[in-house]
Amino acid sequence: MEHDLDAHLAAAVAAVAAASDLAALKDVDGELLGKRSVVTAAKKQLGSLEPDERREVGRRLNEVRAEIERMVAGRRQELDRAESAARLESERLDLTEWDRGRRLGHRHVVTQTWDRLEDLFVGMGYTVAEGPEIEDEWHNFGALNFPPGHPARDMYDTLYVDYGEPQSTLLRTHTSPVQIRVMEESAPPIYSIMPGRVFRSDTADATHMPVFHQIEGLVVDRGITFGDLAGTLEAFTTAYFGSGFTSRLRPSYFPFTEPSAEFDIQRPDGSWLELGGCGMVHPDVLRAGGLDPEEWSGFAFGFGLDRLALMRHGIDDLRELFRNDHRFLGQF
Amino acid sequence: MKVLLSWLREFAPIEGTPDEIGDQLSDLGLAVEDMVDVGGGLDGIVVARVLDLRPHPDADRIQVVDVDAGDGQALQICCGAFNMSVGDLVPLATLGTVMPNGMEIARRKLRGEWSNGMLCAADEIGLGDDADGIMILEGSLALGVPLVEALELSPDVLYDLEVNPNRPDAMSVAGVARDLAARQGVPFALPDPRPTESGDDADGRVSVDIVDADLCGRFAVRVLDGITVGESPRWLANRLTALGMRPINNVVDVSNYVMLELGQPNHTYDLDRVGGAGFRIRWARDGETITTLDGVERTLTAADGVVADGGDVAVGIAGVMGGASTEIDDTTTTVALEMAWWAPMAIADTARRLALRSEASARFERGTDPEIAELAMRRFAELLAPSGATVAPGLVDQRGSGPDRSVVRVRTDRVNAILGTDLSRERIAEVLESIEFAVTGVGDDLDVEVPSFRPDSATEIDVIEEVARVHGYSRIARTVPRSSITGRLSAHQVDRRTVRSTMVGLGLDEAMPVPFLAPGDLEAAGLDADGVTVTNPLVAEESVMRSSLRPGLLKTLAYNASHRLTGLGVFEVGHVYRMPGVPQPLPDEREMLGVALGGRDAGDAVAVWSALADALAARDYRLVADTPAGLHATRTARIEVGGVPVGLVGEIDPTVLAAYDVVERVGWLEVDLTVLLALPHGDKPYRSVSRYPSSDIDLAFEVDEAVPADDIAACLTSAAGELLAHLALFDVFRGAPVAEGRRSLAFTLRFQADDRTLTDAEVAAARTVCIAAVEDAFPATLRG
Repeated sequence: MEHDLDAHLAAAVAAVAAASDLAALKDVDGELLGKRSVVTAAKKQLGSLEPDERREVGRRLNEVRAEIERMVAGRRQELDRAESAARLESERLDLTEWDRGRRLGHRHVVTQTWDRLEDLFVGMGYTVAEGPEIEDEWHNFGALNFPPGHPARDMYDTLYVDYGEPQSTLLRTHTSPVQIRVMEESAPPIYSIMPGRVFRSDTADATHMPVFHQIEGLVVDRGITFGDLAGTLEAFTTAYFGSGFTSRLRPSYFPFTEPSAEFDIQRPDGSWLELGGCGMVHPDVLRAGGLDPEEWSGFAFGFGLDRLALMRHGIDDLRELFRNDHRFLGQF
Repeated sequence: MKVLLSWLREFAPIEGTPDEIGDQLSDLGLAVEDMVDVGGGLDGIVVARVLDLRPHPDADRIQVVDVDAGDGQALQICCGAFNMSVGDLVPLATLGTVMPNGMEIARRKLRGEWSNGMLCAADEIGLGDDADGIMILEGSLALGVPLVEALELSPDVLYDLEVNPNRPDAMSVAGVARDLAARQGVPFALPDPRPTESGDDADGRVSVDIVDADLCGRFAVRVLDGITVGESPRWLANRLTALGMRPINNVVDVSNYVMLELGQPNHTYDLDRVGGAGFRIRWARDGETITTLDGVERTLTAADGVVADGGDVAVGIAGVMGGASTEIDDTTTTVALEMAWWAPMAIADTARRLALRSEASARFERGTDPEIAELAMRRFAELLAPSGATVAPGLVDQRGSGPDRSVVRVRTDRVNAILGTDLSRERIAEVLESIEFAVTGVGDDLDVEVPSFRPDSATEIDVIEEVARVHGYSRIARTVPRSSITGRLSAHQVDRRTVRSTMVGLGLDEAMPVPFLAPGDLEAAGLDADGVTVTNPLVAEESVMRSSLRPGLLKTLAYNASHRLTGLGVFEVGHVYRMPGVPQPLPDEREMLGVALGGRDAGDAVAVWSALADALAARDYRLVADTPAGLHATRTARIEVGGVPVGLVGEIDPTVLAAYDVVERVGWLEVDLTVLLALPHGDKPYRSVSRYPSSDIDLAFEVDEAVPADDIAACLTSAAGELLAHLALFDVFRGAPVAEGRRSLAFTLRFQADDRTLTDAEVAAARTVCIAAVEDAFPATLRG
């Protein structure tokens, strides 16, 4: 009996190894351990054996059975792996064939710069205000302390539109009229920036466009000083351009600020760049905005937004921003 | 304003290197735009005479010149300028000369002809702005003599300063010197010339009558005799040249010199030609004419000021240009010298209207010093004296309405509150006195008398600015105020970012066409010509403000197509402007999104819209077939959100595409963000996820082409009721066996309850209801 089992085990080793796929293995499994197998037959004969022999044969029977099960399981695992590997191999792809340059769209450099500035000032506690691009003469000039005929109006090459009385309505020449609108619409404290599109009667060249973008800043609160202006612009300079950059203020003239200043930044190589204008909000402008200059003081600043975009990417011609060439737009 | 360092030093012992002085000027608000060494670095440049001029045999833009550089020999030069004649004296840079710009002059061949040096233009050797031709030297100069010697030049530094409109005082050499001296703490003094007076008193020889006091604040006249018109001394001519004025003759040159030095424009009349030997200062009569110094007859208006003679005949346009009839010439022996103060606005208006901007009008417009006239006249007489001119005793001086002189109360606390400083009253007084603001202490505060040369300074804040400027902006400590509000973007601004990022996520590039259009652009796009027009456009192409984003984006596609870039998807977020239907203070201005999909169709445009609606969680939108002008008549829908029209989606009309030279089909979407973002959107109410199984059914209907799929979907949604969890159109099919004029629309519906598993009977009942609803409402039948 035990001899039969040993022979059976030896035959099983060969049969399992010979099973070349899962179906064949299933057949082999049935032959070796199924109802008509030697193992099952031996189990049925156990009852007819003497107790001692029965114990001995039974033990051996269990060993052989376990051994065969182990061999079948191992072979099944091998065949599973092979089949799975074959299936994967049949699905092989060259992924580089699938890289067809599928792309997202690209934000315009100007709006990217716009958002970057908004985010920076929002982080400094500012809100973002907006106003109309076609403005009235009062908000663009009058309320900003440029009375009619004021020579400083000549600093702006103004484009007027045919609307209402002659020269009553214009394409805003700067974002400063939004200062007045903010003061009209909200009470201090005001910490706002005002990015926007502005217009001048200019012929397009590498550094001029009849339409371009500015960002204005306005702070009105109790006890705001010229030192606050200088400190805020220095903080902005470092935050936006980097730690190697510093700023300075030089006396200048704008009707709507006093004291007024030009705002220059110094690059790490020591060279200076004029960035924009700034100053303490003129008392007449606070009054035009409905505020008492003895109670409130403030500062304002403004500079060109497009130029920051040009600087960041080393673009040397302002007109590129508005030409909309796909080979340009797709780079940013 | 240009100034020479040597000239500044005539008023104050200015210290420091040229660079340091330049930095101080900038820090005072007199920005140095350019700084150049003049009268130096001209070694090797000599006087030469033109002997012969002939065309270059092989070049049109060069001529061949023979010059004599002092040795009597003809030296051949090739020259690109054509302004000289035989006999002219010109500066010659000899071989080996290193020019101020660093270029070394060497013997070389230009198109086969030898050039043995270079003839110089004024701007190349720092002797003026003239770059148009070779500098022609005046007077009789010895040939071969170094130019520096011949022209009596000495090394100097020229600063070109940007002077702000509020600084009329800095439109003079003396004014610049005053500021610089104050900054350096060195003494400043104006000249005090005392020319010898002779002859009959001016009073009695000339009279002045200011008829219109609002035009003229002061009109002062002195008489000079013994005038001989001739050349100016070399040193004076050199200074004028350096400051950008061409020397004319001794009288004109002195007039200009005094204006540049002291800031007082002035005018000389040949007194013998002034009718009635008198001056009447008045507004012009409408239509009054005068022939000005330049020989042009000009017609005046009542807004122009004139100087008329004793017979009331205009002999000059006030502050702008003198008349031809009293002009100085070789026969002149006696002149009346005018120094006036004119109402700035009047001069500005006249100069602008007549396009006669000059150095004089620029100064009058900003406001001259009404008190400098007397000194300036003595300076004039002193400078002209070497030519034999003498000044008559007496000053005929009338005053009209001049500028108000202000005494300004300046509070020490206020100065420090505005500047963020801690300046004492004494320090403030010291700063102000250094620029001749007279100060009287009043308790802790100051009464400040503003000098006559600072008409811009009239209020406390003006004086505070002066304190900051002269004290030094850089000395004010920097602080950063802590914002007392919360920084944030508005809901609209956040949504606008979502719109842009959604478009970018869909693969579209953001374009930025200019908002100007040419006449006809709107009509070519099939739109109403309702754009707001520009009153004073520079070019016609920029004369209409866009009322739609369509023209700009179509131009963008056409531009790119012309560079063989097609199939582009572009978008823009920007303002459009329209004449409003009802009167309002400003034109109708709104923010729009425009999307142009080159080479794609209306279906792609709808996909862009539905992605945007999803991104913004815009609820209850419908696409309603529409035929707006300029868009494809059978492939366009109006977008309504909650019943409110917010935009259009579809394709551009092929006629419009042809007009814009767009060569491919263009899917189009435009959305009025001003309207859409003001409607309820975002934050959809939360619906809890059902834990129970769902059941799907598919229904395909044959539907008349006239019935929108959206209507079937709406009908199904309504019929299916609360148990409907999801509905989608998953297939559209045309052709046999579907009847002509109809198409098959296949929907999948998923049913699900929140509280139970649906029974087959419930799903079957819902199916029956849905089919019946559609078949009842539309010409539609369920496909088997």
